Amino acid sequence: MSAVTSLSESAVPAGSGESALGDLSSPASASRRAKDRTATIAMHSAFVLALVPLVWILWTVISHGYRMLLTSQWWMNSQRGVTVRDFGGGAYHAIIGTLLQAGVTAVISVPIGILTAIYLVEYGRGVAARAVSFMVDVLTGIPSIVAALTIYALWISTFGLSRVGFAVSLALVLLMVPTIVRSTEEMLKLVPNELREASYALGVPKWKTIMRIVLPTAFSGILTGVLLGLARVMGETAPLLILGPYTKSINFDLFSGNMASLPTMINQDRTEFLDAAVQRTWGAALTLILVVMLLNLAGRLIARFGKV
Amino acid sequence: MVTTTSPQPDVALTGGRRRGPDRLFRGLAVSASGIVVALVVIVGAFLVTKAAPSLAADTASFLGSREWNVSDPTHLRFGIAQLLWVTVISSILAMALAVPVAIGVALYLTHYAPARVAKPFAYLVDLLAAVPSIVFGLWGARVLMAYVQPLQDFLKGILGWLPLFAPTSVQAGTIFLASIVLAIMILPIITALSREVFRQTPNEHKEAALALGATRWEMIRIAVLPFGRPGVISAAMLGLGRALGETIAVTIILSTTSGAFSWSLFFGGETFASKIANAASEFDAPSKTGAYIAAGLVLFLLTFAVNAIARIIIERRKAFTE
Repeated sequence: MSAVTSLSESAVPAGSGESALGDLSSPASASRRAKDRTATIAMHSAFVLALVPLVWILWTVISHGYRMLLTSQWWMNSQRGVTVRDFGGGAYHAIIGTLLQAGVTAVISVPIGILTAIYLVEYGRGVAARAVSFMVDVLTGIPSIVAALTIYALWISTFGLSRVGFAVSLALVLLMVPTIVRSTEEMLKLVPNELREASYALGVPKWKTIMRIVLPTAFSGILTGVLLGLARVMGETAPLLILGPYTKSINFDLFSGNMASLPTMINQDRTEFLDAAVQRTWGAALTLILVVMLLNLAGRLIARFGKV
Repeated sequence: MVTTTSPQPDVALTGGRRRGPDRLFRGLAVSASGIVVALVVIVGAFLVTKAAPSLAADTASFLGSREWNVSDPTHLRFGIAQLLWVTVISSILAMALAVPVAIGVALYLTHYAPARVAKPFAYLVDLLAAVPSIVFGLWGARVLMAYVQPLQDFLKGILGWLPLFAPTSVQAGTIFLASIVLAIMILPIITALSREVFRQTPNEHKEAALALGATRWEMIRIAVLPFGRPGVISAAMLGLGRALGETIAVTIILSTTSGAFSWSLFFGGETFASKIANAASEFDAPSKTGAYIAAGLVLFLLTFAVNAIARIIIERRKAFTE
């Protein structure tokens, strides 16, 4: 009863309140049914409208880029010695760069992110925990270009080092840590307290409870969060523009020399309108989408079937 | 500094001999949190210290000027007025375009779609968030542009007398096109968050409305939408925050307009992020870099403010529902 009264007070717009409620008590009139139908159509079309760009973008990238990906050259060669006019060459150097940079980012971010989440869920109380949580929120909102500028100010302006792959990874760490903290936090909160209490009751110390009971229970969820976070940073371009200049050659060294990556490979040729360059751009775009979506899909599948 | 504040009731229970590893593990968790705090401090500190000298040497009004002349270190003249305008108007238009669609999609997924397909459909919308932003940029500039141009011409024709819709010399990479692409990019996040709050509408509210004879739409209007409003507003703000900071898609799409200015949506220009990205290869002198870092600092503050508002709205709603 109280729900109904609060409803009529708060929800019905002032002025039309009387008539709206009056209408409700009589069987649905033609105009109300028409409105209902209009709304139904509107919701359906909003959904279809949202799918249009997805299908359109995927179609564009696949139809323009698939030919490059069907050659073995694409997966084995770099662009070394290939000029804008030349067809061919591969994306090996860029794939390597993207994977290496993302890998290092993950190696740094995952422990920090998971431990911070453990602190927030298992240990943190009061002002300190709220402060940490607030800082995570601030990090979440940092635009990627600002993260890149920060690392530029630190790595290049202050320490006088050069633009290398590792600097890119550092900028990506700023973007990846908050996503891991938040997703891990959610998963740890889902672990039932009874499990923890049962473990304590058996005399198991807290750290062991977390390592052997809480983390394994939440494992698949945490892994999903990591994969989704990784997928997100792999597609980031802004830090690469500022910290990771493109090169056409293969470079495995994160600490010296330019290192190519898929986004910068796209960026390299995007202002060219020669056929070879256009094809290469779309090929690299398709490769990037494939890598990101595979990670994404893996994450979702683990979330779905990983629960034991 | 963080260690001392929180109590440790559990350690006492586990007995003295296990305290060592327990304390070590707790120390690890606390230091990781310390690193997170340090990261934010680093961002703030480095942006401010590197921007300050250039800001001090700026001979134009930083907030009020539309000039951007940073090549001569002894005579810096730069201001963010135009960057601020282009950034804010493109993001607000993107939000205005995305929010109604996002609400519709979220309502569809929670109240219209058959339960069987709701989940895979929701995943399809989420998949849009997995498309890298540089791909959005390419698609916007190379494919979508041709389809948006007739719409632009149409709007110029009927609304051209308004300064916001005035015809300009820019044909291709307009703010309008950038906003449409931004709207598509922020659609998934707004949809996901709105979906979450719509799903949390108490069943009692919905059943009460239906029991009064409400149609499905009336039930949504009087039960679901009022309940979800704070959540939708904060979702829209988070989307706005994303749009403000989006870099590469905007950089690819927007035509730069050296010096000229117009209030029109059909003009080009640069946002904070695209200005910095366009200059990325020419960071050579500290004074010059400092000017761009100053622009980055303003962008940081702007997104921080927008996100903070979103969080406050969410927090207030939590306090209200619990």
